[in-house]
Amino acid sequence: MNSSYDAVMSRKNEIMKSSVGINYDLYESDYISFDFEAMMSDCGFSLDEVRKIQNENGVGNTPLKECKNISALARKNAKPGYGARIFIKDEALNDSGSFKARRASMACYQAKKLGFKGVIAATSGNYGAAVASQAAKYGLKCIIVQECYDSLGVGQPEIIEKARACEAYGAEVVQLSVGPELFYKFLLLLEETKYFNASLYTPYGVMGIESLGAELIEDCIKQTGKTPEMVVCTNAGGGNLTGTARGILKTTDKKIEIVGASVNLKGLHMANDIDFNKKSFTTGHTGFGLPFMINPDRSDVPRSAGRPLRYIDRYVTVNQGEVFFITETLSALEGIERGPAGNTSLAAAFSLARELKEDQIIIVQETEYTSAGKHHQAQLAFARKNGINIFFGNPEDEIPGQSIVFPKTVDLIRAKDLDLISIKKKFIQFQMTKTKKLNNKDIQFLIEETNTDKGFVMNEIRNYNVELEEIDG
Amino acid sequence: MIKKNSWVQIKKIILKPEERTGNLPEATKQVPFVMWVKGFLLEDAMLNSEVLIKTITGRNESGILVCENPSYMHTYGEFVPEILEIDRIVKTELFGGDSFE
Repeated sequence: MNSSYDAVMSRKNEIMKSSVGINYDLYESDYISFDFEAMMSDCGFSLDEVRKIQNENGVGNTPLKECKNISALARKNAKPGYGARIFIKDEALNDSGSFKARRASMACYQAKKLGFKGVIAATSGNYGAAVASQAAKYGLKCIIVQECYDSLGVGQPEIIEKARACEAYGAEVVQLSVGPELFYKFLLLLEETKYFNASLYTPYGVMGIESLGAELIEDCIKQTGKTPEMVVCTNAGGGNLTGTARGILKTTDKKIEIVGASVNLKGLHMANDIDFNKKSFTTGHTGFGLPFMINPDRSDVPRSAGRPLRYIDRYVTVNQGEVFFITETLSALEGIERGPAGNTSLAAAFSLARELKEDQIIIVQETEYTSAGKHHQAQLAFARKNGINIFFGNPEDEIPGQSIVFPKTVDLIRAKDLDLISIKKKFIQFQMTKTKKLNNKDIQFLIEETNTDKGFVMNEIRNYNVELEEIDG
Repeated sequence: MIKKNSWVQIKKIILKPEERTGNLPEATKQVPFVMWVKGFLLEDAMLNSEVLIKTITGRNESGILVCENPSYMHTYGEFVPEILEIDRIVKTELFGGDSFE
């Protein structure tokens, strides 16, 4: 079979179809409509079944911990009576050390059920270790494809540690230099091995997190007698926020504000061989968060089950220096040493806590394990070696790729709101590049995807040269 | 000479610069797309020669032999003293000025 770049890419859809066992065509109709809920429910797992599968495989039931000292520190910088109680869901205690075990558990369960011999996932982060760990339990072979090194063979310590963890769980790790052609090698491997595509973005990868949303509500009620006001999710590809929000919606009728948080990496190009080692966060950053929100279907499956715009109420960014600062604070004040990427949402929560009253509750929905390579000390040392200027000052002055600015004083930790309305408009703009016609169902699809109303969508599509069919009212 | 069945790492150019996809940043366009993978060496070979390996999942891959018994060399890195200053800032703010004495 022709294995040239163009030939393999042209076989993309058929390779995908046989490697996930999902016919995505079934859910596409009209001009741009995509039936997300039908795709999720056709996968056939109830929330209870998800929880049972996870409980039997070292996943879930992680503790919810109140960070009393961090909450007290936030109150010192808040108006009198303000400064919410901050809780963390200690997801580092899943097998493999992160909430990604929840996603991997369902993908591997499904792969085993369908009779696949192995699983493949394209990931440089915690998800690789999670898939490798779950694959080990099911006796599945496992290949993890990583974007790992720049062209000189220099790699982020965090990613190199992840390769070690994957190999410790018995996986083969295919390490690649920087570039979107990773997808080409990924397709070649799927074709060669006929393994299951354990993508983060299949329905399995997202429904596995619904248990996290459910648990954090149940835990919170058990410990405090009420539901939280706000849940903060670190956001990259959107699956974490989507799954958590869906789990919450299945567990409580109370309105809970869902906040996405990403590290601000503005100005760094994700496919740049030089920028690659200038960033100190390999996930949970705006380089993934924004493009995936505007076009969720840019992932490694034809249709992503991570659709954050449907659920997100507010989207904030924090700077690298703020996240490292709060990561160290978690060690220093709470005695909990965890990895920095998972603390993106903790940095945001620390800032947002000041907007809420003292008896209100914010839950940070994940932590991740830490170790050599994956520790903030290692990340900072690597940054300094790469010429990044590290100093105390105002985090607002941080320039991604040039500096990491720790807040000189605690009150300078300030999450910045992104304009969700303009992100929703960009989502619609992208959809309009795909069609010259729309009908009622397409309009409904846009309303659901952007979590807006007919007025918003109709007003927006007037900016584009599209023909409207059968529009009533 | 590295013996057959040794655990090794190989390196392979998957796409030369001119074969890479369009729409790449300049810095990426100028360099090849490279793969590193580990496995058992199928025949005795010299370092830097073209070899065939069997990976842990049983696949064959070819490439340049770069290393025998590839090690994990990542560490916590050189100490970053600013981390101590973070501790001082948050502890002083929460517990008062003498918390470090």
